[in-house]
Amino acid sequence: MSKINIIGAGLAGLSAALTLAQKGQHCRLISALPSERAQSVMAEGGINAALDTMGENDTVREHYHDTMRGGVELADPNAVWNLCSDAPETVNRLCSLGAPLQMNGSELILRNFGGQKKKRTAYAKSSTGKILMTSLIDEVRKYESKGLVERFPHHLFKTLIISQRKCNGVVIADSYTGKTATLSGAVILATGGMNSLFPGLTTGTVINTGDVTAEVFSLGVELANLEFIQYHPTTVSIPQKRCLISEAARGEGGRLYIEKNGEPWYFMEEKYPELGNLMPRDVVSREIMLVKKQKNCGDKVYLDMTGIEESAWVNKLSDLREECIAFLAKDPKTEPIEVSPGIHYFMGGVSVDEKHRTNIDGLFAAGECTCQYHGANRLGGNSMLGAVYGGKVAAESAFVVSDDFGNEAIQWEEDTEKMALRESSVSEKAGVILKESLGIFRNEKQLQSALSQINELIIAEKTDYRKKRLILAKAILLSALNRKESRGAHTREDYPDRNDAEYKKTTIAVFDGNNISVSLREIPIKRGTEQ
Amino acid sequence: MKYTIEILRQKSPTDEPYRQTFALETELKNATVATALSMLNAKTPLLDIGGKECDRIVWECSCLQKKCGACAMVINGRPQLACDARLSEQKGDKIVVEPLKKFPVVADLAVDRSILFENLKTISAWLVSETRASENQNDILYKSSLCLQCGCCLEVCPNFIPEGDFFGMACMIPLARLLEEMPDDEKKELRKKYSKHIFGGCGKSLSCRNICPAKIQIEELMVNSNAISLWKGIFKKIFK
Repeated sequence: MSKINIIGAGLAGLSAALTLAQKGQHCRLISALPSERAQSVMAEGGINAALDTMGENDTVREHYHDTMRGGVELADPNAVWNLCSDAPETVNRLCSLGAPLQMNGSELILRNFGGQKKKRTAYAKSSTGKILMTSLIDEVRKYESKGLVERFPHHLFKTLIISQRKCNGVVIADSYTGKTATLSGAVILATGGMNSLFPGLTTGTVINTGDVTAEVFSLGVELANLEFIQYHPTTVSIPQKRCLISEAARGEGGRLYIEKNGEPWYFMEEKYPELGNLMPRDVVSREIMLVKKQKNCGDKVYLDMTGIEESAWVNKLSDLREECIAFLAKDPKTEPIEVSPGIHYFMGGVSVDEKHRTNIDGLFAAGECTCQYHGANRLGGNSMLGAVYGGKVAAESAFVVSDDFGNEAIQWEEDTEKMALRESSVSEKAGVILKESLGIFRNEKQLQSALSQINELIIAEKTDYRKKRLILAKAILLSALNRKESRGAHTREDYPDRNDAEYKKTTIAVFDGNNISVSLREIPIKRGTEQ
Repeated sequence: MKYTIEILRQKSPTDEPYRQTFALETELKNATVATALSMLNAKTPLLDIGGKECDRIVWECSCLQKKCGACAMVINGRPQLACDARLSEQKGDKIVVEPLKKFPVVADLAVDRSILFENLKTISAWLVSETRASENQNDILYKSSLCLQCGCCLEVCPNFIPEGDFFGMACMIPLARLLEEMPDDEKKELRKKYSKHIFGGCGKSLSCRNICPAKIQIEELMVNSNAISLWKGIFKKIFK
């Protein structure tokens, strides 16, 4: 039986490793930095599951519908149904690893999150990702000691070994020694978003560059729904990046306002009385941009958290408050914080089916680097769920084929590329082009202009990894150009309406070595009688 | 503001270390040492203060928000996260940046902290069987789960040496969760190892007390873990 290679050691990678180890299957956990440095430790708000501990009669069915509606009907309905059905069990499994999610007696406390009418989000203050990661890291360590999980914690993904549409292994480079090796076996990608394309504009890490996505795209792996980039409505600028103010702040009573005729105008509450400040993120971000342009309004939107109860500050948001004080020198308990949208999540990525299989045999993917759970817009609390659950499903699928590979000994060789010295983002010029064309509002003219500029940069670029990043950027631009409608996180000024007849479909981008082709694929039909 | 950044550099583990000084000018209000390193590395070519062209500075960085511990280094003599060290808050306009000294240098400011993870393996830092947290344990478990494994506490510890038997607070903090959660009959082995690798080696200098970038209250967790690992057992024997 061959070892299975997992690239990325965040929530999805750890979940995959644990699933395999529990089956007695050997795996390799390969990451540029140890798990403690993964972007998953930054996840704040919580993890969704219809556990119904708050007396609201919540159900899996409602979680499913909220997720589909939040994603504007573009997610894979069977995958989402599986995700939501398993969510209570997923969260219970994390609890059984001793993860200290907040409890009331023996039951988990759930909180309100965007786009969901019922309390469904389990949490640990505003550090849920860190807390879940710690429990998973400790549990995986148990299997490391048994030799079932072998860590490669300072190792970079170089490329895949693919022949005749089958992935036979992966080439990695040791960033300490500069040596490379080929590892045979199936591969699970769990490598996160594409932050390097948007320097300074994302809330995530600088190590989630998207280089793995760019490399596998160059090898013919299909990508899907790349045009859907989530702008989280409440972020603040700090040196080199955006810093998130968790949706939990609004879940606990934080209110968005803008000055209108000299008075605070709580625009979300007035425009969307039902969910108010907790509308899905695409809606809130769009509204923030729109009210800023409105006559008689100021140009700054604030998040007013001064009305949040003392007990919530102590028990639920203490770390969020500390972060505001540390990075902004402002106490959110006593003064409103100026916020604006920032890139927080990539709904698109490697195209996978509900079993997390890609278009290449032996290659699987899970977590933010994939596409299928969040459609055109992700709900808060569903990313950690998608990562943990997706890692498990990808591992189960890889396990099925683990006999189909060789098990050659690892040979380390000198690396010629010096991968450790890669730049963390695209050039300033490319960054500006992508920022201006792939914002919250888009149009044909800007996208076309960006496309021709990126084309020029691709031609001029000599360095392989930089060229591949630009080709990935081009695929995003082409996907955005191809979708001539407005849906979720993709708002076209020139096509302001949703067009289900033509575009209630998945965007697929594929590279043949010379050209990128973008097409629309039918979304799978929902199975079963459950609606 | 104009700053002078002196960096203790080393090309590879086998090369000799040397110091190199850079000039940096920034108007960014909240610029940190992490910002400074990124700005220097963005320069093409990167020139030192004497105008000599040099290699890009190697350092580890990930979240830039004090949540991942990657960028721990020694800044003006104090181990801390580069993303948490504001340039404007350093004494004077000269800033000396060095790698953590308790770990082998990989290159420049990047060090190999594998020993942290090896020690956690040696001490068996995991739950033996599935265990659910209870509400009244939550505070200890939460605080213990926040450890970044950055290594700052070990840098200032007079008792920690990388190959030694004492594993330091970077090992104690994760254990605090496990000791608190595990049922008594499962933690006998862990208590023994705790006694050997944590309790027995700590000289109680408390030099780590105010160094943790995650602001974990180390003493509180240690008192709790000492009680579970040692005192409860001793009292049980006495009052049997």
